[in-house]
Amino acid sequence: MLQNKGSDTLVNVAGAWAEAYAKVDPNLAIAVSGGGSGTGISALINGTVDIANASRRMKDKEIKAAKANGVEPVEFIVGYDALAVFLHKENTKTDWTIAELADIYGEGAQTTKWSQVDVRMSGCESDKIVVVSRQNNSGTYAYFKKAILGKKRDYRMGTNDLHGSKDVVELVEKTPCAIGYSGLAYATDHVKMARIAKDKNSPYIAPSVKTASDRSYPIARPLLMYTAGEPTGKVKEYLDWILSDEGQRILVKNGYAPVRNVTD
Amino acid sequence: MRNGGDKPGGPKAGPGANWDRLGASWFIDKGVQVLVFVGGTSAIIFVVGIFVFITREGWPFIRDTLDFAEFFGSPRWNPTSDHNPTYGALALIVGTASVTGLAMLIAIPFSLGAAIYIAEFAQGRTREVLKVLVEMLAAIPSVVWGFIGLTVMNPLIIDMFNVPVGLTVLNSGLILGLMAAPIMTTIAEDALKAVPDGYREAAEAMGATKLQVVFKVVLPAAKNGLVAAVLLGVGRGFGETMAVLMASGHSVNLPTSVFDSVRALTATIAAELGETAHGSDHYRVLFTLGIFLFIVTFIINLLADIFVRGVRKKG
Repeated sequence: MLQNKGSDTLVNVAGAWAEAYAKVDPNLAIAVSGGGSGTGISALINGTVDIANASRRMKDKEIKAAKANGVEPVEFIVGYDALAVFLHKENTKTDWTIAELADIYGEGAQTTKWSQVDVRMSGCESDKIVVVSRQNNSGTYAYFKKAILGKKRDYRMGTNDLHGSKDVVELVEKTPCAIGYSGLAYATDHVKMARIAKDKNSPYIAPSVKTASDRSYPIARPLLMYTAGEPTGKVKEYLDWILSDEGQRILVKNGYAPVRNVTD
Repeated sequence: MRNGGDKPGGPKAGPGANWDRLGASWFIDKGVQVLVFVGGTSAIIFVVGIFVFITREGWPFIRDTLDFAEFFGSPRWNPTSDHNPTYGALALIVGTASVTGLAMLIAIPFSLGAAIYIAEFAQGRTREVLKVLVEMLAAIPSVVWGFIGLTVMNPLIIDMFNVPVGLTVLNSGLILGLMAAPIMTTIAEDALKAVPDGYREAAEAMGATKLQVVFKVVLPAAKNGLVAAVLLGVGRGFGETMAVLMASGHSVNLPTSVFDSVRALTATIAAELGETAHGSDHYRVLFTLGIFLFIVTFIINLLADIFVRGVRKKG
């Protein structure tokens, strides 16, 4: 039994991989569970999983803790994920710079009303921006903070910290005043996705599998799998298969960007 | 056992009695005694064990890092900041208190009304059906309530009140009120049933109407039990996690109206504990929140118990 645990961003595709791999190697049972990047990484540190999924890199502290436990984590990039900024369908502002987003999400943020960014919606009479974020141990939370606010700045207080990518999309869909972020794979037809530019002089890029894999979309992150020590045997075979064309095609089907071009 | 001697065929004198005492039934009797003793004391062992565990995990933080003025006075909860972590729990305490408070405003009239109707007015089938329905309401899992809050109540509240977001004190208070009401109804009904029928008959014999009997005689007599029902409801509200996590908006915020999002103590622990590094300050401060919650709910339950004892003495 191969234990595979961690990032909620990766859990769907990890499940799809495990399912498809049952046909490649029917003798290997793979148990996939979510819980968040931190959960997977602590399980790896404690030696209870074979592969930990993460949507952020391991922190120095975690690597140290792993080594102290006699675990040497080895990192594999298995794909890329574009972090989409979601808006309500009614919202008229499609193009956002990173600085504009930071002025909504960051500590001491000045933008608290939609009229400040020239948005007027009939569904949002109060004009207040409902800032939707994630609980503070999610990999998505950590990556968005680093990509939008930089290393030094914290999120502002009073954000709605939802428990899961799906909940974010669900809330934004039904809340005209809201803005939120999640992996591209969680996008639905009922919400609008922002086009993001690094700064005012750069082009605005819409998130997609293509713009994530050619790295033109500014907030795309690597999706990682960690093993305890260099993988051998069944674990190595499984990881090799994930990185093969067949594995990568499953990744694309789930809305993530592959590590290299795969042809259908 | 006291009446054993009166029964025909009770303990006989002589060697036969000794043999009888050491027979299978004697061992079963002893065995059951031990089982009941273990069952009774295990609750105490578990409570003490849990308290020792959470205190041990939280204590190093309380001793070394905790600033009481910050913990109880600052609304800034940001334990994961890389350069300046802050541990102000005020917003979380106010969040829990406001949601529980609103829930009680909703649940108390509903559950007391329901209890009075079921115990004093309803007859036969109506009464049995109502009792079962109330108990079924208590069996709905809290995550289902939370889901209703997130997907049904949120857009409803936005539309009805024209507010920016529907995950608010109002939403979670309503849901929590509905969750606490069945338990409160059941306990309040028991308290009303515990009032001896003699009271009612005496009042009726004096010419009191049904309403007078209920309000002037039964309710005052069951007062302590009703207070206990309310307190247990408060305890339920304080400790509820999943529904509040999903319906309150989970936002560190001092609410100024029922249309503000808040964050509850329990929801914070549930959302953050799973992934904190074991032994870190963040991990320990979450246990400190746990100690605080434990003490508060302990006091609430203790008060409820004292009130119930009051009713027994009188009854």
